[in-house]
Amino acid sequence: MKEIPEMAIESLDRAGETAAVASPNGQSPSDQQSVARYAGAPGSPLATAPTSVATGAMEVQALNVYYSAFRAVRDVSLPITPQSVTALIGPSGCGKSTFLRTLNRMHEVIPGARVEGTVTLDGVDVYDPRIDPVQLRRVIGMVFQRPNPFPTMSIYDNVVAGLRLTGRHSKASLDGVVERSLQRAALWNEVKDKLRQSGVSLSGGQQQRLCIARALAVDPEVILMDEPCSALDPVATLKIEELISDLRDRYTIVIVTHNMQQASRVSDQTAFFTMGDDRAGYLVEMGPTKEMFTSPKDQLTEDYVSGRFG
Amino acid sequence: MAVASRSIPASLVRSGADRRRALIDRLFRSLALLAAVICVIPLFLIVAYVVINGIGALNLDLLTKAPRALGVGGGAEAAILGSIQMVALASLMAIPAGILAAVYVSEFSHRRSATVIRFSADVLVGIPSILMGIFVFTFLVLPFHQYNAFAGSVALAFLMVPIIMRTTEEMLRLVPGDLREASFALGVPTWRTVLSVVLRTGLPGILTGVMLAVARAAGETAPLLFTALGSRLVNVGDWSKPMDALPIFVYTNARQPIAALNEQAWGAALLLLMFVLTINILVRARTWSVRSR
Ligand SMILES: Nc1ncnc2c1ncn2[C@@H]1O[C@H](COP(=O)(O)OP(=O)(O)O)[C@@H](O)[C@H]1O
Ligand SMILES: [Mg+2]
Repeated sequence: MKEIPEMAIESLDRAGETAAVASPNGQSPSDQQSVARYAGAPGSPLATAPTSVATGAMEVQALNVYYSAFRAVRDVSLPITPQSVTALIGPSGCGKSTFLRTLNRMHEVIPGARVEGTVTLDGVDVYDPRIDPVQLRRVIGMVFQRPNPFPTMSIYDNVVAGLRLTGRHSKASLDGVVERSLQRAALWNEVKDKLRQSGVSLSGGQQQRLCIARALAVDPEVILMDEPCSALDPVATLKIEELISDLRDRYTIVIVTHNMQQASRVSDQTAFFTMGDDRAGYLVEMGPTKEMFTSPKDQLTEDYVSGRFG
Repeated sequence: MAVASRSIPASLVRSGADRRRALIDRLFRSLALLAAVICVIPLFLIVAYVVINGIGALNLDLLTKAPRALGVGGGAEAAILGSIQMVALASLMAIPAGILAAVYVSEFSHRRSATVIRFSADVLVGIPSILMGIFVFTFLVLPFHQYNAFAGSVALAFLMVPIIMRTTEEMLRLVPGDLREASFALGVPTWRTVLSVVLRTGLPGILTGVMLAVARAAGETAPLLFTALGSRLVNVGDWSKPMDALPIFVYTNARQPIAALNEQAWGAALLLLMFVLTINILVRARTWSVRSR
């Protein structure tokens, strides 16, 4: 386990585009301790990546997740490759969502939920007592199953909500953040003329892309998506899938999906979960998506991807 | 081509029992309608009665003149200003307390303590308001040997807090958990999530509760009888002295054996009714527009 540097390291500036967001004047001291800010520190296994500093690598070791006495996830270990898409598939109730939420400690908002094991982001244990979960979630963002834009806010305000509500904005830079985030979420052209309209006036698919833009605006390294298309129609689903492919160059993406075609279309790695007799979910196998769908090692995986159960 | 109409099975033919059932059905429907009308009629009667009797007394004198110290004449200025002041101070105390209590119950408390607090608030809403007056009397009037406006405000505030707390809490519970999660997932701290997402989303409903509580406080007589007492003097800002209020003005003037004073009571009653109705209509209009959106 690496030490957590106490000193602020110049904020990570992906391709120089995000300087406005992370401008020092808008930054609180606690910000600078967030795990993102030492991701490129010497010794990081990824510090030598060629173009920019590759960040957002995660590693899960022997993870157990409990809801009070009930074990929902049993002994999961898996790597999450940076700047690629990792799909989590498996039957309903096998703990995919539960597992996903432990990656950015979102399970902590559920009373009685707790974890054992370790989760690291770029070598840093996200469960280290010195790590503030609130700060962690600014680095590991999340998109939910049902689009959930803030109903009282305009499209513009939704996008910058994360910056405004965490007090990390300089007025001038917000316009730029809005445009850039909406561009990246492939929504800009559809909404650029109605940024002041309510976020809930959009269609379901647009709302979901708005939520993705909102997650992108706080400049995360990892984006967790929990069945982001399950409430959408096929056309909107396709749009989101294209968007995920665009985002993979820049972000580490972990996506839970019910839809195996979707997993095969969008992901680089696939992890297959199922549950045991005790209803605890566990990882059956994980590998490059192509292999998982053409030549899985485990019979359970083969049955599942060929549609024989689940 | 044409479907041959077979003879209808005997079990489907309308029988005497079926006819009786239809009759009973109609009878109950009429009874229910009658009961509904009985519920609505008093409102119209009260409004009509107060308007007819009060409209003549509702003039500039009533609004702007102080009561004569002795005898007949003058107006309800002391009562109007008193009501405004005491309801305002009560709101200042009750609105933050009620909303914060609701935030605590809906966002931070455990299920059991939430149940206890919710139950207490419900009981408090149902407590006769005169008891609220006596309660405040014992610790804000007795020790000072002086009826005072501050005690009146406190009594009104006690009345308002549970109403505001319960409506606010209902509203906060209607705010989808999704929104809280969305906010947490952006790295927004809890306090900011509660303020800018949860309270903000529930705001229209919260305002409704606040307005209803204000209307209720403005119309209450009983909590003031032992506290602010009422006064024939215009009291602006002296919280340690008695203060008049519209409901007290109505109460005292209606009891005098002088027609002119009774008339003033009707005028003040109309004023009070207009205030309360206006608030209620505003609230309804607002909930309707929210719902039809
Ligand atoms: N908040 C919760 N409290 C208690 N049990 C839960 C909670 N959320 C999920 N579970 C249980 O954990 C298991 C895994 O659920 P989940 O992670 O939602 O599965 P998936 O996303 O794969 O469908 C299920 O048995 C479910 O009943
Ligand atoms: Mg799920």
